[in-house]
Amino acid sequence: MRTENQELRTEMLHLLLFLFFGVICVAGAVNLLAQSHPINSALSLIVVMASLAGEYLLLGAEFVAAVQVIVYAGAIMVLFVFVIMLLNAGAEERTRGSRVAILLGVPGVLIGAVLIAWTLLYRANTPLVAIGAEHGGPYRIAMLLFGQFLLPFEITSVLILIAIMGAVVLASRPDAVAKRHETETKAMPELVGAGKEH
Amino acid sequence: METIPLSYYLLLSGFLFVCGVLGFLIKRNIITIFMSIELMLNGVNLSFVAFAAQLHQLSGQVFVFFVMVVAAAEAAVGLAIIIAVYRTRETLNVDQMNLLKL
Repeated sequence: MRTENQELRTEMLHLLLFLFFGVICVAGAVNLLAQSHPINSALSLIVVMASLAGEYLLLGAEFVAAVQVIVYAGAIMVLFVFVIMLLNAGAEERTRGSRVAILLGVPGVLIGAVLIAWTLLYRANTPLVAIGAEHGGPYRIAMLLFGQFLLPFEITSVLILIAIMGAVVLASRPDAVAKRHETETKAMPELVGAGKEH
Repeated sequence: METIPLSYYLLLSGFLFVCGVLGFLIKRNIITIFMSIELMLNGVNLSFVAFAAQLHQLSGQVFVFFVMVVAAAEAAVGLAIIIAVYRTRETLNVDQMNLLKL
């Protein structure tokens, strides 16, 4: 039997862990906006994603947390960092367009943010969530994913296939492809001719 | 029960989404704009998981996977487009990418 004191302590711990990961998350998001070099933004985005995995663990979504670290913070961000390195991206320059965007965008977004916060804090009357409220282990996720959500899952695989083909087609050099095609067609008659001699 | 209000999670999620929108608007580097979109998707994922915990419905967590798949596909195609654009224009600044045709 747990005492009142113990329950209070776990509640404090829940709040403390939420605040810990939340503060890291917010700091990473703000740092993403503040940095001018894309590689710094990419690294702070990794921090945001890793701390979000901690929040998922607090909510009991352990499999989502693992996938968040592996797929998001791992695979997708490696792709981003790879492209930044490949294109040798430098610090962004401030132009007239960016000043207009800051002048119009920052106030509008701030008004939206204050509205969201005000609605959530004073109007929404949201219920309480327990620590690890909905336990999402691999077994239960898989039962749903391969049962109720089988059709969306299969359609997703088609989407991935299209994305792979699109990425390969878009990123390949058109002139290189044409050149290789040219040399192949040029080499073919010689090969056929060489074969006839023997 | 050891609890905190659901609105805390939703506030964090909303903050991440707003940061993403702000980055989308004020950033000029196309790769950073792409990362802002990922930030928005992450904010939405957090609210999915928070509502899944509150409503005791695991479907919310399954939807996070679909969002992740869409994000991965979008990142792959989008970064390929960025590489193709950089090849023809030699720039990553969106202000100089105002024509579809070269």
